Amino acid sequence: MTYQKDVWIFIEQQDGRLADISLELLSKGRELADTLGSQVCGVLCGHQVEPLAEMIIQHGADRVLVADHPELADYRTLPYARVVADWVKERRPYIFLIGASPLGRDLAPRVASAIRAGLTADCTDLQIGNYTSRRENREYQDLLYQIRPAFGGNLIATIVNPTMHPQMATVREGVMRRLPPDPRRRGVVEAIQPAFDPADLVLQVLSRETRPPSVNLKDAPIIVAGGAGVGTAEGFQLIRDLANALGAEVGASRAAVDAGFVSREHQVGQTGVTVRPRLYIAAGISGAVQHRAGMDQSSKIIAINTDPGAPIFQIAHYKIVGDIHEVIPMMIRTLREKAK
Amino acid sequence: MAFDRTYRMVVLVKQVPDTHTITGDVMKQDGTVNRAALPAIFNPEDLNALEMALRVREEYGGQVTVLTMGPPGAAEVLREALYRGADRVILLTDRRFAGADTLATSYTLTRAVQKTGPFDLVFCGRQAIDGDTAQVGPQTAEKLGIPQITYAQTIVSLEEQRIVVERALERGSEWVKCQLPCLLTVVGSANTPRPPSARRRIEYKLAATPLEYPTLVKKWPEFETEKALDDYLAARRQRIEVWTADDIGVEPDKIGLAGSPTQVYKVNFVVLQSTESKDVPATPAGVTALIEELVKEYVVG
Repeated sequence: MTYQKDVWIFIEQQDGRLADISLELLSKGRELADTLGSQVCGVLCGHQVEPLAEMIIQHGADRVLVADHPELADYRTLPYARVVADWVKERRPYIFLIGASPLGRDLAPRVASAIRAGLTADCTDLQIGNYTSRRENREYQDLLYQIRPAFGGNLIATIVNPTMHPQMATVREGVMRRLPPDPRRRGVVEAIQPAFDPADLVLQVLSRETRPPSVNLKDAPIIVAGGAGVGTAEGFQLIRDLANALGAEVGASRAAVDAGFVSREHQVGQTGVTVRPRLYIAAGISGAVQHRAGMDQSSKIIAINTDPGAPIFQIAHYKIVGDIHEVIPMMIRTLREKAK
Repeated sequence: MAFDRTYRMVVLVKQVPDTHTITGDVMKQDGTVNRAALPAIFNPEDLNALEMALRVREEYGGQVTVLTMGPPGAAEVLREALYRGADRVILLTDRRFAGADTLATSYTLTRAVQKTGPFDLVFCGRQAIDGDTAQVGPQTAEKLGIPQITYAQTIVSLEEQRIVVERALERGSEWVKCQLPCLLTVVGSANTPRPPSARRRIEYKLAATPLEYPTLVKKWPEFETEKALDDYLAARRQRIEVWTADDIGVEPDKIGLAGSPTQVYKVNFVVLQSTESKDVPATPAGVTALIEELVKEYVVG
């Protein structure tokens, strides 16, 4: 039997809807599998989720493994990890990708530990390439380059896992391009009956409370973001005013969040949200790597800063050296006049 | 069987470079990190984990053991833990642990937790700021064979061997009930860690690992030999225990670099892409022209 270098994608779903990150991973997985000449397999757990399998195929999978069981209705670490780890042990995929969502970051390390595989967290890029291990003086073909920011975002590290496969990685939401579904794609759906150990079921979910997201940076076409240069929490109103005038969402750097100017859900950057809007206005943000990692893919970037040497200017399309407290009111005035 | 004892808790902590306050001289010209220029700190969310354990002890009774794996200098976070109220602290240090990824680290920590004796609760911070992986907690739970409760916000109740925990999720909360023993990873919003107590700071002023004795006997000439210092510290329960690979009985191919499936292939200093850019004067005319251009290109409006 030839060794199949299959790419597995863990499919996250809630209330019958596929998570965006899973669709992004299916697109990326398709690309990796095409490079390797192998197949993409979606791994789906839940209760009454089988109708989703067709959609998973349209988004790039050749095969979908489905575990449909009442015990899998709500996500819980142990039953999910049991199902997934058992499948991996039995079928030995080459690559296994999981979203770096709160769920994925809970599940992936549990599974990796159970199957003794390497796991790289929070990747922002994945490629196929060769690797020469100096330690073993050996060349490995077609490994997964797992690329991620490291050291607070100041470095970009490429990680490989030469032998302890599958090559597991969690991937940041919003960094991989999602391709449109292809309704002509065909694939195989395989339903598998999970077998639980009583020890898998010791944790009970008593209740859940979801807040609708008050901030939606990911889908915002325009973002106005403030940084330390805003100066005070009251001063942040200026950022909100400009955002209102543009119909934009409000973003922030970690410095602004840490200083208490604005809540953490607004944070853009390596430890916040990754965004790629049509227009990103960075106001009073110096542009630490940590921040740039989360916004440098924006189509157009306007930077406003008093310091002409601020790193943000190196990725900005429009540079305004000046005080945001003067420049932003000018922008708001111009926009209001245009609206008349 | 009646539950007639208090809770045995282990807190896993890490000393980390303070990546939040990286300044220019930390990154060297060749793109490598000048670690010496970074202050080493107690990983912030591990302080929240310690605080949660100390509050369980105060409310329900128990013993708090703090474990860290790291170079000899990591003893500093153990002293910090003593000042805040830890009952027992242990430093796991051995050159053979070096180069460990999260899989090898969780294996090593698991063996150490097992060596501390029976336990009810293991706490760790959600993630460490040097790697931000959030992997070691769940991997340690898996190797200990116990459930994990990640993103722990509050311990709602603890009755005998049953715990109810509120988890902080991205968009809301979840309440879960679980059997002990289990492992909790604690988020930064869980509590405000107490500052070191002045009384305990004085009480544990001399606390040290034997690895630090050579420096200390120079600093405190009143101890003529390392043996004299050791006798003094041991009598006052201020000798910080040090465990090596041999002490915790690990398989050599599962620790350090050898036990780590992931390898760093290359590291790049983040290079700024040069972008075609326009200078916009910070004047009403400059700003108006900019906005007109954006409207014309359908970026705005």
